[in-house]
Amino acid sequence: MEWLGLEFMQRALLAALITGLTAPAIGTYLVQRRLSLLGDGLGHLAVAGVGLAFLTGTAPLPLAVLVCVLGAVGIELLREVGRTSGDVGLAILFYGGLSGGLLLASLAGQGTGTLSAYLFGSLLTINATELWIIAGLAAVVLLVCLGLLPQLFAVSADEPFARTIGLPVRVYNVLVVALAAVTVTVSMRTVGLLLVSALMVVPVATANHLVIGFRRSMLTAMALGVVAAVSGTIGSYEFDTAPGALIVVIAIGLFALSWPVSLLLARRAAPAIELVDDQPPLQHEVTEDHPHVHAEGCGHLAVTHGGHVDYIHDGHRHAVHGGHYDEH
Amino acid sequence: MTDSTAAITAENVDVVLSGVPIVRRATFEVDAGQAVAVTGNNGSGKTTLMRALLGLVPHRGTIRLFGTDVERFHDWRRIGYVPQRSSILVQQATAREVVASGRLGLRRPFWPASTADRRAVGDALAEVGLAHRAGSPFVRLSGGQQQRVLIARALAGAADLMVWDEPLAGVDQATQGVLAGVLSRLRDAGRTVVMVLHEPGPFEPLIDRAITLADGRVVADGPFVASAGGHEVHEWPHARAHGTGLEVV
Repeated sequence: MEWLGLEFMQRALLAALITGLTAPAIGTYLVQRRLSLLGDGLGHLAVAGVGLAFLTGTAPLPLAVLVCVLGAVGIELLREVGRTSGDVGLAILFYGGLSGGLLLASLAGQGTGTLSAYLFGSLLTINATELWIIAGLAAVVLLVCLGLLPQLFAVSADEPFARTIGLPVRVYNVLVVALAAVTVTVSMRTVGLLLVSALMVVPVATANHLVIGFRRSMLTAMALGVVAAVSGTIGSYEFDTAPGALIVVIAIGLFALSWPVSLLLARRAAPAIELVDDQPPLQHEVTEDHPHVHAEGCGHLAVTHGGHVDYIHDGHRHAVHGGHYDEH
Repeated sequence: MTDSTAAITAENVDVVLSGVPIVRRATFEVDAGQAVAVTGNNGSGKTTLMRALLGLVPHRGTIRLFGTDVERFHDWRRIGYVPQRSSILVQQATAREVVASGRLGLRRPFWPASTADRRAVGDALAEVGLAHRAGSPFVRLSGGQQQRVLIARALAGAADLMVWDEPLAGVDQATQGVLAGVLSRLRDAGRTVVMVLHEPGPFEPLIDRAITLADGRVVADGPFVASAGGHEVHEWPHARAHGTGLEVV
């Protein structure tokens, strides 16, 4: 436990904790919108920001945030007007960002070795300034992800409906991709740009195995993200491994473990979940003086219901019961 | 002259999607309190017309909701839209979470749900007979139950104009009965309901009027004529001319 007294480890643990919280939070919305690979595309785009920072001699983090957010918003607006499909947009992000970043870095006289601190993370070398920037940006991401949860969920699940209740759908869509871009860049020093998407998606997939409900799934994914990030950081110190890689491997390990656990949970919860239609608790009134005799071909729609035949009549069902009809 | 109290006014509405005319010169009015069925064969433009009425697709011509041009309409809390079930993308949410979305037009961002919000969501689920399924994942519900959840989502708001797109498509008989009960209560409460229907089913006695589309045009618009018991064909207004008579039993 001597690592607790080391300043660089304290910073690393804090940064890992922040990444573990934020990546799955925004990732929940991306998975919901079937944009699981967006984080990966944004990670590649952020490389262009880092390359640009090398070329201009500025700090990589703020410039990467700026380039990534602008690119993400551009892609979202293109998607909205139908100028590009989701996967084509992502492909442009992947290849344009990565090649642009490498080109800019090489123009700046930097090799891929310098870039690797951003591609694969360099958790143990984070300085205090970077930590403050990471904490500040992450606070914004978390505030929006949790504070606007019902609105962002509604927009992700059913955009036309969200429009018809007056939600500013475009604003929320752009907000989600912009926050995803911020999260990717915030995480580039912890798990790295090439692996950050895993931390946005894998804990969410694990949580989806374990719990029911959008909100509970998000909170569970955040908890799993923190477990993976913090234990991966400690493990990398103990076993002298790359922290980003270990964090993601642990997250995937948790996902693998969630399979048997979810089967166990499903078996316990089985009686509560039915795949077949149930009969709603309709009122059961008796009609004694119904003059019409229901029978095959009587003109009323006949339906089978719980072992007997009902006849749809004036918006409700009539079932023969003794000498009267039950109103269903 | 247009009656400014009409819930919906459509005048010469054209909708062209990807260069293809889908709705042509549609003109009609829906008075407040009416239950109107929009019928027609597949591809006749029913869903697109509904989406145009709600400002979801671009259109030419005039569409007014409660007297206000749809482009300038902001009082969306008055609208309860139920899209086709297949259009919604829900992975993990519970029925309650889906229904709770229906309250968002009345809620402020960053503010937690109030007691009234939670009560409205519970009441809406109870009205469609799914109070006992509130915590179930939406995707694990049957088609009929999912349809009821979407209707409950529209009921949870304070809408006085409901627009339902094929509420009876692919749903079980139990759900049809429940939805007919909901429609009946909405009518009694003076709400306006416009719904795309392929067949009237148990809604038949509750429909005031039918608008029939063919190839994007309104080809029939008039009082809905319920069939007499004992007949084997439910005749929609002018349906026979368009070959949409519906065999029952």
